[in-house]
Amino acid sequence: MNIDTDFGRRLLQPLQPSRKGWVVSGFILVAVLAALGLSSILITSTGGSPIASVKALYNGSMANGTGWTTTLLNSAPLLLVAAGACVSARSGIFNIGQEGQVLIGAFAGAYVALRLAVTGPLLVVFVLGAAAAAGGIWAGLSAVMLRVRGVNVVVSTLLMTFIAQQVASYAVSTSWFLQETATGSGIANPESNQIPGGAQLPTFGSYPNLQLNVGLFLAIAAAVLVSVALARTRWGFRLKLLGLNPSAARHVGVRAAALGGVALAISGAFAGLAGAVLLASPIGTNRLSPALSNNVGWDGLLVALVARNRPLVAAPVALLFGVLRAGGNFLAATGVPSYIVDVTKALLVLAFVAPPALLSSARGRRQTTSAPPTLPEPITTRVEVAA
Amino acid sequence: MSAATDTATILSSGIRLTVPLAFAACGEYLAERAGTLNISVEAMLLGAAFSSVAAASATGSATFGLVVGTVTGLLIGFIHGNLSHRAQINTFVVGLVLNALVLGLTSYLITVSNFVRHQVSQLSVPGLRSIPAIGQPLFVERWPAYLLLLLVPLTWWLVERSRWGLELRAAGENPQAADISGIEVNRRRRQALLWCGALSGLGGAYLAVGEIGSFNQNMTAGRGYIVIAAVIFGGWRLGRTLLGCLLFGLSDALRLALPALGVTLNSQFLIAAPYGLALVAMLVFITQHREPKALGQPFVRGST
Repeated sequence: MNIDTDFGRRLLQPLQPSRKGWVVSGFILVAVLAALGLSSILITSTGGSPIASVKALYNGSMANGTGWTTTLLNSAPLLLVAAGACVSARSGIFNIGQEGQVLIGAFAGAYVALRLAVTGPLLVVFVLGAAAAAGGIWAGLSAVMLRVRGVNVVVSTLLMTFIAQQVASYAVSTSWFLQETATGSGIANPESNQIPGGAQLPTFGSYPNLQLNVGLFLAIAAAVLVSVALARTRWGFRLKLLGLNPSAARHVGVRAAALGGVALAISGAFAGLAGAVLLASPIGTNRLSPALSNNVGWDGLLVALVARNRPLVAAPVALLFGVLRAGGNFLAATGVPSYIVDVTKALLVLAFVAPPALLSSARGRRQTTSAPPTLPEPITTRVEVAA
Repeated sequence: MSAATDTATILSSGIRLTVPLAFAACGEYLAERAGTLNISVEAMLLGAAFSSVAAASATGSATFGLVVGTVTGLLIGFIHGNLSHRAQINTFVVGLVLNALVLGLTSYLITVSNFVRHQVSQLSVPGLRSIPAIGQPLFVERWPAYLLLLLVPLTWWLVERSRWGLELRAAGENPQAADISGIEVNRRRRQALLWCGALSGLGGAYLAVGEIGSFNQNMTAGRGYIVIAAVIFGGWRLGRTLLGCLLFGLSDALRLALPALGVTLNSQFLIAAPYGLALVAMLVFITQHREPKALGQPFVRGST
């Protein structure tokens, strides 16, 4: 008995498509090409050059050590958010509020970093812990609302996102809270002070070469952890059961509300952790601001969707999104607005999500037209119903 | 400035901020009654706002822009409906992607194009406009605003009194039962999304060629989500939904007027208020069971 190879096979199972899988993959490939083609047409029709744009994307994201550094810095928070989204989606709960949970995580991380009287590298542990806890609690509130009053999770997580944005905005524009201390005669901007060095995630490598931030290792560890937990543990099995058939899960003794609530809180915790990584890694200025999340929550959710809620598949997808995010900033030099990256991203998501659904709906229609459902046999004998 | 003119200013800007919300809310209300919680209202508003400005600039007619905006909303509703209620892709996924797509597309296109300003004309109701205090805010509007007087009762009649509306509500409350009694659930939901798209499109176009006269990047700035909050706040009843829109429009106007009035009330609180109120309303009213039972749940024949 070789558990390890079995484990590997199970993990890679989704990557070994059947014949139907090949057909779907083919359609996805066509759709991806169509998405890229549409983007090129858009660029050309507005007077830009698609080839120059791709070159700029490549130069900004993959051409050299600095490019790769930026790409990986962008990918890490996306992968963290996506790993969390996989957990809640597996249990059949659709958490849509990652954008807010990321911000709340960053807010809690910044608060701890700037207020806690701890110096040295221990501080960063507290920052990450506080961020994960805050994100988890923020998502957990939606789970509580579901449990107590039956409030739709999608609606509550969505609404909580906008409240989170205002919480962060309030914190950094209030002088007694987290707003930066004005230096000299300057006006305090709506952002926090820079978090101390001890709260920042360490980086390996030096400037012109590739630099690896600890955030990336955190994200990869999270993806592997989630993958193993979902595929190999009893807890993961229960989660899957709950997602596939909630009433069957309840009948076999799964405590649906508790399990689903925990899954939601975990997905929020991962999003919160992503917020801390955004705050503490050299991707920005190490300051909290309402713009810090910069759509990482929404994009991370899209990464999970493209990866069909498989954490290990999410890693390359997060890398692709990281390339687009990192390279987008280099597009401005070619005269093509960097918003084209958002268009391409959305089209790519559609290209990955739509073909399987369209194929199965077409298949369903073909089946119903070729073989109409037969009517049940008329009941000819009278059935006596026992009282 | 006297207190009376201040009030009149806030009231009139509040009404102006309410009208686009009210158009979209009528659409979203009908769609949610059919059981489809579409978050692509934001995409519909934004897409319509952009295309209306583009069309008005190209043809020189703001009214034509309004029509094109409505058609754009309709188109987005059509795409959403077919992806989520024909191909059965999760409706929230479709909504998210459409929002991202339209935001990216309009942001891209506005940076590479130049549009001429066009605005629809004002219409003031003689007689009524001279009522003190409320006359100016309520009866001097860009003309499409008065379409609400037609569309609100029409939406109410469609949902509550027409056979089509009854079937919509059945699709929203109990799709399995509706299906058994011969109603094509997914078709009704697609149709509801078309109505939602057309009205949201009109709302977005009104915002662009009606109020502002031009388009700027992400000009709707999350108004679509406020519309969703308003429908929830209104407990899935049209009247209360529109009241919610008015409340949120007025609070927005108040927020914009605060600096001029010299009052320090934090604006973050006012921005977050609609979402907070919607959550509170859900927590409080949920026991009254007014939420469509199958809201946001896909319907596939044969599954429970």
